[in-house]
Amino acid sequence: MATFCVWGNSSDMAEIVIKNVRKEFGDFVAVKESSFTIQDGEFFMLLGPSGCGKTTTLRMIAGLELPTSGEIYLDGEEISQRPPSQRDIAFVFQMFALYPHMNVRKNLSYPLVSQGMARADVKAKIDEVAQILGITDILNRPVGGLSGGDRQRVALGRAIVRDPKAFMMDEPLGALDAEFREHMAEELRALHDRMGATTVYVTHDQLEAMQMGDKIVVMNNAVVEQFGTPKQVYDTPATMFVANFIGSPAMNFLPFQQQLAPGATTARLGEMEATIPALRESGAGDLVFGVRPENITLSDTGTYRGEVLAAEYLGTTQIVTLNTPNGHVKARIPANQPVKTGEKVGLNFKPGTVTIFDKPSGRALRSELNEGVLAHG
Amino acid sequence: MSAHSITEPSSRAKWVAGSLVILYALITMVPLAWIMMTGFKTPPDSISYPPKVIFEPSLEGYVNLFTTRTRVTPDALEALPPPATWYDEIVRERNMVIAGPSKFGERFLNSVIIGFGSTFLSVFLGTLAAYAFSRFKIPLADDLLFFILSTRMMPPIAVAIPIFLMYRNLGLSDTHLGMILLYTAVNISLAVWLLKGFIDEIPREYEEAALIDGYTRFQAFYKVVLPQAATGIASTAIFCLIFAWNEYAFSVLLTSATAQTAPPFIPTIIGVGGLDWPAVAAGATIFLLPVMIFTILLRKHLLRGITFGAVRK
Repeated sequence: MATFCVWGNSSDMAEIVIKNVRKEFGDFVAVKESSFTIQDGEFFMLLGPSGCGKTTTLRMIAGLELPTSGEIYLDGEEISQRPPSQRDIAFVFQMFALYPHMNVRKNLSYPLVSQGMARADVKAKIDEVAQILGITDILNRPVGGLSGGDRQRVALGRAIVRDPKAFMMDEPLGALDAEFREHMAEELRALHDRMGATTVYVTHDQLEAMQMGDKIVVMNNAVVEQFGTPKQVYDTPATMFVANFIGSPAMNFLPFQQQLAPGATTARLGEMEATIPALRESGAGDLVFGVRPENITLSDTGTYRGEVLAAEYLGTTQIVTLNTPNGHVKARIPANQPVKTGEKVGLNFKPGTVTIFDKPSGRALRSELNEGVLAHG
Repeated sequence: MSAHSITEPSSRAKWVAGSLVILYALITMVPLAWIMMTGFKTPPDSISYPPKVIFEPSLEGYVNLFTTRTRVTPDALEALPPPATWYDEIVRERNMVIAGPSKFGERFLNSVIIGFGSTFLSVFLGTLAAYAFSRFKIPLADDLLFFILSTRMMPPIAVAIPIFLMYRNLGLSDTHLGMILLYTAVNISLAVWLLKGFIDEIPREYEEAALIDGYTRFQAFYKVVLPQAATGIASTAIFCLIFAWNEYAFSVLLTSATAQTAPPFIPTIIGVGGLDWPAVAAGATIFLLPVMIFTILLRKHLLRGITFGAVRK
């Protein structure tokens, strides 16, 4: 690799295809048959609670774990059983894992030295990367005394210095304090946009995933729950888990019982027939009416009524908690709309935003709203 | 009362603690200092009563340590040409002449070969085993570790007779290799356990980063794990060396002519020409030096090693 263009590896198509990948550790199944495709140049988020298998998935792509079964394709080649050194993938660790016995420059040169790159070329390459990341002045410092942000930059530098086909990042911002995180997230995204290299990023922070990702895979209990753009995942969750995990406050779940035929456009909540996106499949028995807090409006009129329990003021908006016949509901309404604790108000659900779930399976019923998204999920 | 920090000891507490440490050091140093002083005394000074703290230093002990001597009559002594060297002179004052070198140099060299050889082997094998136990999924790993530890659950000398017989049959008696293997066998359990603790402390991410950076697992072990484990390796080496260096019983039992180490040799000096305490003391002093130098060289690591795990780096 003699080319010196950090953002120019566009000639390499780095599409990553995960096909029926499964990983067991003894009796424990860390990842159940999972499949998804990461397109070339995408900033791809693996999102889920801790222990859901997202890090294991990332480590399998990088070669730090070998899948029990299934295939992983990078750039059209099956790589699932290859050692990491033969995959041309860089990895940024949560704790950075900078070699503590080397200074910054040596850390950056380490991946190049292993490729047998000439000394002068190594130096030129490091200077170039240091320039991009703004760490030129700390190149000769030991890594021990660096601030969190600088360590992060050095870790990124070690990853980008060798022009890999793809980057794996395991919660790279997890070790930074909140204030700096925001800044680093922007820097990271800007860097990605500049380099255009395929990036797979593991996080448990749904805001981070929404903010930075082109696509999101939501995992839970070793299973891929949903795979799509942040908007698809947010607006049309495939399962109750996704609906609950993404968004803050989470989507409201109003349990109800009804027989719904394909084509149904209303659901009965208490006395009200609420408009829902036309169903494409039937639902029966225990169902759940899912609506996001910002899709609820409060008014004096309205047949579906709830009692105001509390209101949290958030500046531009406020979160109102209401007690309805179907349980507690949170609504996000403008901050200037007056509400009083204890008063009864009417709730209206913005038509076209509602998702109906089958309660026993937690699966979203296909409807006019989500059929395009769920078809390939 | 002046306000002081809770975590920072007051100056009075520091003073008291400092004094206690110095006092303790003095108490433990007295026998050592006495041995070193005795080495520079003449035999009459060494046994005089009351003991002499101030004395005229002499190298007689060191000369006696490294030589064998024969007594001659004063007439025969007169007939000899004048002494050629300073040590000839010292010996002749006692009506003796040097008959040849003693075995001390040889025995000391044996100690160096066997002590450092077995230390190297213990640490080398211990590091590899500890790394494997720390990083790989080994079936029955806990049982194996317990088994390794169990070799230390009785004093090694308890198996002296079987080892003696075994070594005789294998032709390992009184050989350097035999002693190196024996001390390694005793030390390896300590080495594995100590080093496993140190390697467990090194985050796996360092090796994984090296694997990702294009290195093989062995390269990652060699270039990333070993430098990180330097502290542990150094302190393990010191513990192993101290055991092998000071071991007495097996050396008495299994060695005589070729592979005898210094510890069983030093007491034999006593029998040669009466109670030659200065020579014994000189032998003990020289014997102490390698371990002292080795420990001083690795002192920084040893201190960090003893407190390992206490504070996360």
